[in-house]
Amino acid sequence: RLPKTARSNTPPHIYITMNEDLKEMLESNKESLKLEAMKRIVGLIAKGKNAYELFPAVVKNVASKNIELKKLVYVYLVRYAEEQQDLALLSISTFQRALKDPNQLIRASALRVLSSIRVPIIVPIMMLAIKEAATDLSPYVRKTAAHAIQKLYSLDPDQKEHLIEVIEKLLKDKSTLVAGSVVMAFEEVCPDRIDLIHKNYRKLCNLLVDVEEWGQVVIIHMLTRYARTQFVSPWREDAVFDENSEKTFYDSEGRRVDQSKPYIMDPDHRLLLRNTKPLLQSRNTAVVMAVSQLYWHLAPKHELSIITKSLVRLLRSHREVQYIVLQNIATMSIQRKGMFEPFMKSFYVRSTDATHIKTLKLEILTNLANEANISTILRELQTYVKSQDKAFAAATIQAIGRCATNISEVTDTCLNGLVLLLSNRDETVVAESVVVIKKLLQTQPSQHSDIIKHMAKLFDSITVPMARASILWLMGEYCEHVPKNAPDVLRKMAKTFISEEDIVKLQTVNLAAKLYLSNSKQTKLLTQYILNLGKYDQNYDIRDRTRFIRQLIVPNEKSGALSRYARRILMAPKPAPVLQSAFKDRDRFQLGTLSHTLNSQSNGYLELSDWPAVAPDQSVRIVEVVELAGAPLLGKSKPGKSAEKFYSDSEEEEEEEGSSSEDSSSSSSEESESESESEENSDDSNKSSSSESDSEKKKKTLKNKKLQQQKPDILNITYLPPQIIQKALLLFIMTKFFSIHIVLAFSNQFVANCRCSLLCLCVFLACQFDAVSWHVRVSLQASFPVFVPETSHELLHRMTGKGLSAQYRFTRQPCIYGNSMVSLQLTLSNSSDQALENIHISEKSSTGQNIHRFNAIERLEPQASVTVSMGVDFNDSTQAANFQLCVSIQPAVGELLLPITMTEADFTKEQGKLLGMNESSATITMTPENISSQSVNRKVVSVANLGVIPSSQENIHRRCLNLTKPTFWNVIKKTNCS
Amino acid sequence: MIHSLFLINNAGDLFLEKHWKSVISRSVCDYFFEAREKAVEPDNVPPVIRTPHHYLINIYREKIFFVSVIQTEVPPLFVIEFLHRVAETFQDYFGECSETTIKDNVVIVYELLEEMLDNGFPLATESNILKELIRPPTILRSMVNTITGSSNVGETLPTGQLSNIPWRRAGVKYTNNEAYFDVVEEIDAILDKSGTTVFAEIQGVIDACVKLSGMPDLTLSFMNPRLLDDVSFHPCVRYKRWESERVISFIPPDGNFQLMSYHISAQNLVAIPIYVKQNISFFETGSSGRLDIAVGPKQTMGKTVECLVVTVHMPKVVLSANLSATQGTYNYDPVTKILLWDIGKLNPQKLPNLKGSLSLQSGAPKPEENPSLNIDLKIQQLAISGLKVNRLDMYGEKYKPFKGVKYVTKAGKFQVRT
Repeated sequence: RLPKTARSNTPPHIYITMNEDLKEMLESNKESLKLEAMKRIVGLIAKGKNAYELFPAVVKNVASKNIELKKLVYVYLVRYAEEQQDLALLSISTFQRALKDPNQLIRASALRVLSSIRVPIIVPIMMLAIKEAATDLSPYVRKTAAHAIQKLYSLDPDQKEHLIEVIEKLLKDKSTLVAGSVVMAFEEVCPDRIDLIHKNYRKLCNLLVDVEEWGQVVIIHMLTRYARTQFVSPWREDAVFDENSEKTFYDSEGRRVDQSKPYIMDPDHRLLLRNTKPLLQSRNTAVVMAVSQLYWHLAPKHELSIITKSLVRLLRSHREVQYIVLQNIATMSIQRKGMFEPFMKSFYVRSTDATHIKTLKLEILTNLANEANISTILRELQTYVKSQDKAFAAATIQAIGRCATNISEVTDTCLNGLVLLLSNRDETVVAESVVVIKKLLQTQPSQHSDIIKHMAKLFDSITVPMARASILWLMGEYCEHVPKNAPDVLRKMAKTFISEEDIVKLQTVNLAAKLYLSNSKQTKLLTQYILNLGKYDQNYDIRDRTRFIRQLIVPNEKSGALSRYARRILMAPKPAPVLQSAFKDRDRFQLGTLSHTLNSQSNGYLELSDWPAVAPDQSVRIVEVVELAGAPLLGKSKPGKSAEKFYSDSEEEEEEEGSSSEDSSSSSSEESESESESEENSDDSNKSSSSESDSEKKKKTLKNKKLQQQKPDILNITYLPPQIIQKALLLFIMTKFFSIHIVLAFSNQFVANCRCSLLCLCVFLACQFDAVSWHVRVSLQASFPVFVPETSHELLHRMTGKGLSAQYRFTRQPCIYGNSMVSLQLTLSNSSDQALENIHISEKSSTGQNIHRFNAIERLEPQASVTVSMGVDFNDSTQAANFQLCVSIQPAVGELLLPITMTEADFTKEQGKLLGMNESSATITMTPENISSQSVNRKVVSVANLGVIPSSQENIHRRCLNLTKPTFWNVIKKTNCS
Repeated sequence: MIHSLFLINNAGDLFLEKHWKSVISRSVCDYFFEAREKAVEPDNVPPVIRTPHHYLINIYREKIFFVSVIQTEVPPLFVIEFLHRVAETFQDYFGECSETTIKDNVVIVYELLEEMLDNGFPLATESNILKELIRPPTILRSMVNTITGSSNVGETLPTGQLSNIPWRRAGVKYTNNEAYFDVVEEIDAILDKSGTTVFAEIQGVIDACVKLSGMPDLTLSFMNPRLLDDVSFHPCVRYKRWESERVISFIPPDGNFQLMSYHISAQNLVAIPIYVKQNISFFETGSSGRLDIAVGPKQTMGKTVECLVVTVHMPKVVLSANLSATQGTYNYDPVTKILLWDIGKLNPQKLPNLKGSLSLQSGAPKPEENPSLNIDLKIQQLAISGLKVNRLDMYGEKYKPFKGVKYVTKAGKFQVRT
């Protein structure tokens, strides 16, 4: 039979032609052709055929827009990158770019592929990417980072130290998504760093229920190991009790000492047991097995019974699952029969079971046998002996043998039953019976000489070597009980010696030797004949044995003293063999592991340590600060309080915690937010009140001026000058994950009839602060101005400026010098006949507005002009900005605004918060030709820098609004029929 | 964890390989072939095989061996459970999990395997998430795809994977909101020669088909929850509620899923719906035998037994069977030595009977043991344990769903020894 590998290979020339056309397809411009080619290539990879010479053609498509194509290229890349390292490097930059993508899933998949490319050169890049991803906002990306840790470790174990740092960081993660993966990484990279677990132990226990099922298995196995190093044995009580019963006779002191400190389970130990218990109900068999082994290794013996039912339930699952579960039950049932005895019938064998399942069930049934149930079990075993599956029948006979030795009451019954089997038609059954009978007879040979005689009679018909050897041994051992039969059997053997199997030959030599010693008269010649045959045998064992026996039994001058003891040596009473389970020594391995299944230590098996005699420091697991930078309040929380939280049944809480953390803000951050909010809140109100009183006087004076400065507008809207109370607050809320930058503003509304008293204003401020400000989470974004006026205004006439003329224009661009400034463009031109030098705005500004000056213009040539831009903070007032150039610029109200984008709903919402005194309305009568929405639009935007929000209602034409400090404009058209 | 996966058919051909870490030569499978040959029957292949450098953990399903290669210590059940999930996912996607469907959809299979494991550790195994990532093929879509060149890979990114309820995707919408539950119970039993029950237990599952819009929160309660002795749940079920109130409260996945499985153990009295009278004997001389089987209803709670089938694995020496059945048809396959008697509906007035003679290989010794009978049956509208669903309540959504519960009892591993 050919090895499969050779068979699947077809001659190489076939690929070459095939791959050529694939290459052409890949290099075409058509997406569909490329995709088709990649699909065929993946087909080749799946069949294990080689497609690596297409690498250059494939790798070009790594940045394709088509998602499926891209995915297939990834599959190819990961498969062949190792063989084509240099070419693979070409793709790296694509992934590096994708690592910065705003979409979390793209970041994650980029990291996944990047870390799967096994090219040693990119180890530093991978390391960097992992470090970055470990602090990503998205838990999904962090999960991918945890996976990448293992990949990098297998690629370059030298990175271990750095990787441990990342693992340490990720272990602190509160997300259920990350937990399983990072523990997996921990197990792979640094399973001995148990100290990293301490602080996270309680968190892991509490998260466990919500972790995805595969993660649960890994975490449970890790915690089992952890618990065995950190807690004292819960079994101690039993052990101590046993010891005491022995000790009491001579040591009453010790007993008193032991009793004075009864075993108290560490609350953390209890926490683990309690939190894993519900997982016994998992649909995932691996999880159920993991919890079962945890209970087996960690729980007090009397709590162990809860795992029985779940394990028995798993027996309904697939054949392979049954196999593993039965193996583990077999190991358990040796130590603790009681656990599975009530479920004995679940281990009854069906004729349709696979052979290895049958044998395991048999093993368990035998383990469970005791005086009370032996008759039921034996009856069941009797039906199995008749099975058509002969290997299984043989195993059953062995099982009967074991029952017989273990339970002395039934030994005779079993022996009689086995003797009946000797007349069975099937050879294997008979042979197995002989072997088992031999073992049983050793316990009490004298009573059973008739059985031995019966077997001697059967000897001719038995051909299975093991059985023949067994009978020969029995004859030899008990030759005194069957003095007549034994020499006869030896005679027969002398005839057939040459054609026997080795094992039979050895026993023949033994039999001959024993008979020679006990009955040399009859057998001397026969023995010598057999010894001669053995001397020239092909097998060196037999030659050796023959030589040894000859020297031992036949006295000659050389052998001396030894032959005198020959009888004692050969005929020494032999202890009866102990028939024991094959699973006896399996408990040295942790249950549920591969090593346990194979009964030998497999690679990477982590030994389960013994319980420590004295419990290590418990306080290492106490997490004092619920870690929140900049939240001093939480830091103060008493340890007692936090402990209470951990031990109370807080599943609900955790669920919430979990869900909110998925929403990219974490529960902890939310908490902190509210904390810091309230704090700042109080701060701010203090600040605002104080600053108000400061500015109060100024405002009064301003007010009077402004009242006279009203100007009629194009649309004849009369505005009262705004009462200026301005307070802009910049609030940074720094949380663990994100910061919101909230700009608060109030009172930039145009308050009609600015007669409101200052008292009112204060009240208003306070209200505003509470009601509005904290809901503004949406960061307001300035949109582009709808209309930019081209007209410039004369700032300085050339006559007044003695040749220097200046024009200004509002650019309606967001000012680059500051958020609150209005940008202004100045065009300075020299109309004189001599060059002007050092044009600048003087330092002192008359009105105190904040003006960002333009850099001094060193020289302006005649007839030349220069355009500079400057920023003026008008404080949202129409107060003129004065600066020396002898200019004063007064902005039109409309120019103070900056349009922002927002939905209509948001608009109404925000507007709703600013009713009452902040509202001002005016009616404008317009001529019918101006009534169309476009024209109204045009006119409004030409006068004020506003944005348009599309409205659903017909009569409301436009709603425009302003800048950082929201002002909401509602232009409502009321059609007047007349 | 899982290093590589090889799919091997019953004939021993390796038809698909996938590696999650560095490539392992397929020659590692020679160790598997060795074990496969030694085992004779595919069922007897040991699930865990050790080779000098690797460990092979395999499952056998739908005539395919899923052989995974492991390099380091890992809980074997972890791998076995995962391989079964893979097989179930294929079944879910392609309707059946066979060599032909896998070969036909090799690209989707590869894409699925790529998503399910990362570096050998399971990543996305929930079918709801996978279906968002990779759309299952339909005839219509594959036609459209070949014409337009569009892909099976989802453009949208799965929402479920990132949420706290990974089994349900967001934004589910149906015009007809419906929730159906099937209570399926299987009787596992061994009856001895005289018809007394050696061992019997009930294995039940509740399969659900939930097509509800939005995020419904369902609560299912039973008339007699105390019957349920040992249960296991889909991860969506809130275990605390079950412990305290014995109701099943959950936000369901979208579509078909198994809500729970339960076990009513041998201690409780299990009703056996039928009785079997049989007499199979082989004669010492003349190399022939006689067979006589009669089936009748026992505890059927007034329902009809349907789809009744009796299967007998005959000893190897039986060459042919010459029988006559009063009801249904029988068939004896001399190659597999299986006698199949398909009775159909059990008529209580006229009990079905199969009678006749068997001819044996001449000269061969008569079989030691009589073959045991395997019974298959089905009873509609009955849960043999008496379990009854009381009511289903929905919270969290406003519409009124259409609800339905169906009960079926089947024979599981139902064996009569002779």
